[in-house]
Amino acid sequence: MKYMCLIYSPPMENEPTEPGTPEFEAMMAPWIAFNEMVEKAGVSLGGDALLPVQTATTVRVRGGKTEMMDGPFAETKEQLGGYYIFECKDLDEALKYASQIPVHEYGSVEVRPIMDFEA
Amino acid sequence: MTSTGQGDPTAALAQVMDTDHGRLMAALIGQLRDFQLAEDCLQEAAASALVHWTRAGVPRAPAGWLLQVARRKAIDRLRKGQTADKYSADLSYLTELDQQDAVAEATQEIPDERLRLIFTCCHPALDQKSRVALTLRTLGGLTTAEIARGFLDKETTMAQRLVRAKQKIAAAGVPYAVPDPTEWPERLPHVLTIVYLIFNEGYATLSGQDHIRKDLCAEAIYLAEVLNTLAPEEAEIEGLLALLLLIDARRTARAEGDRFVALEHQNRNLWDKRKMTRGEVLTETALKRQRPGPFQIKAAIQALHADAPTFADTDWLEIVALYNVLLRFEDTPVVRLNRAVATSYAVDPKTGLTLLQPLAGALATYSPYFAALADVEARCGHPDAACGAYDRAIALTQNPTEKEFMKQKQSLLEDGQTN
Repeated sequence: MKYMCLIYSPPMENEPTEPGTPEFEAMMAPWIAFNEMVEKAGVSLGGDALLPVQTATTVRVRGGKTEMMDGPFAETKEQLGGYYIFECKDLDEALKYASQIPVHEYGSVEVRPIMDFEA
Repeated sequence: MTSTGQGDPTAALAQVMDTDHGRLMAALIGQLRDFQLAEDCLQEAAASALVHWTRAGVPRAPAGWLLQVARRKAIDRLRKGQTADKYSADLSYLTELDQQDAVAEATQEIPDERLRLIFTCCHPALDQKSRVALTLRTLGGLTTAEIARGFLDKETTMAQRLVRAKQKIAAAGVPYAVPDPTEWPERLPHVLTIVYLIFNEGYATLSGQDHIRKDLCAEAIYLAEVLNTLAPEEAEIEGLLALLLLIDARRTARAEGDRFVALEHQNRNLWDKRKMTRGEVLTETALKRQRPGPFQIKAAIQALHADAPTFADTDWLEIVALYNVLLRFEDTPVVRLNRAVATSYAVDPKTGLTLLQPLAGALATYSPYFAALADVEARCGHPDAACGAYDRAIALTQNPTEKEFMKQKQSLLEDGQTN
């Protein structure tokens, strides 16, 4: 089964964004290690980090009219910051990988099975 | 599996559905990979059994008969494409099983796969109430109506809850498996907690008070026994079973008619000695394994109550010591509350009170906290404070028996007697 792991975390203040700086490298190190681990295990079907919600635009079409809005649809404390897609034999395996995503000191991960239209 | 031979088909069916429901469901789900299909087909098989057994007699192995017929019903449904077949086992596998069984004439023991079923029903991916309901439905064989009554829910609400849980298991890929030994320490407590919750729900009602409620205490003890048989030498399972037996042993003594009798005033001759002894032996066996856990410690505390010839003779100092150990596993306000009460007897009410007061914030909506506070305030010689605490406790409980019990204690205080 395919599972999407949606990574949520509260907005970080003073997040290091300058590649090459020691702060940035330190922030990235656990993510690089995790990526290597899931690649090696052969379960990864990809994943990405997203730019912060300040860059988000929500689009809604109502009555033929397109509305655009600054920011995400729902204001919540935790914001979607990235995702992984894993191919796993069952939920337990997916949860095992999800619990190792290096976000748990401050955020959380929602694990959702991906709908399979072929089955 | 018992062989009933001749006999009344209705009674034979009722018996096999009662004793073998969990085993049958566990085996069927293992083969069909679909909770709902398993449940529906077992129901159909039971309906067929009445017809066939009346005509041809009760088979030698009724449970084996039901398993085989239920599986055939599933094969029929799958052939006709009547199920959400994307989650179900494939037909060729089931047909093969059916042929194997036909050769063996369905007389062999059903393999016991209930451990897998328990772990799946108690999977932390399901919400807690659903875990409780699903465990009672599939392993205990309780009807949806019985579970709904047990939890004072509407039957339709409970039915929806069960359907959603079964759908989530299928759609989210919750495995039908006993977790790996490495995950066992993390997953077992979830299972034990569900069994304990079932027991507590039953214990909140006085025995004989409410006849339409299925005996959830007996159901929980049965589940703990099943766990102890399937996973022997697990200290925490033994601890849980011991704890349930030790508490259950006092059931008769804690009610006089529909009046609640506190531990302090119970007639200890009414305690079930057989259950107490078994609980004490199990507690000892578990503790000797040197793998302490919260259920073993709770059992040890209850064993000290069981040992005491009178309330006054209770070894309160040892109980306080055990609560201190329990706090290392479960540092919760409720454990702190229990420790404070034990301290009020081990040391004196004043010391108990100083331990109770800081918990007021965390337990502001917890009726037993105010009941305990009232009792300790009364024993400190503060009847007004005690009456005020009883007001809070009475307002916070839904249980009419508890309300009545506390109103009586309160009116004794108002009459100027301390009880």
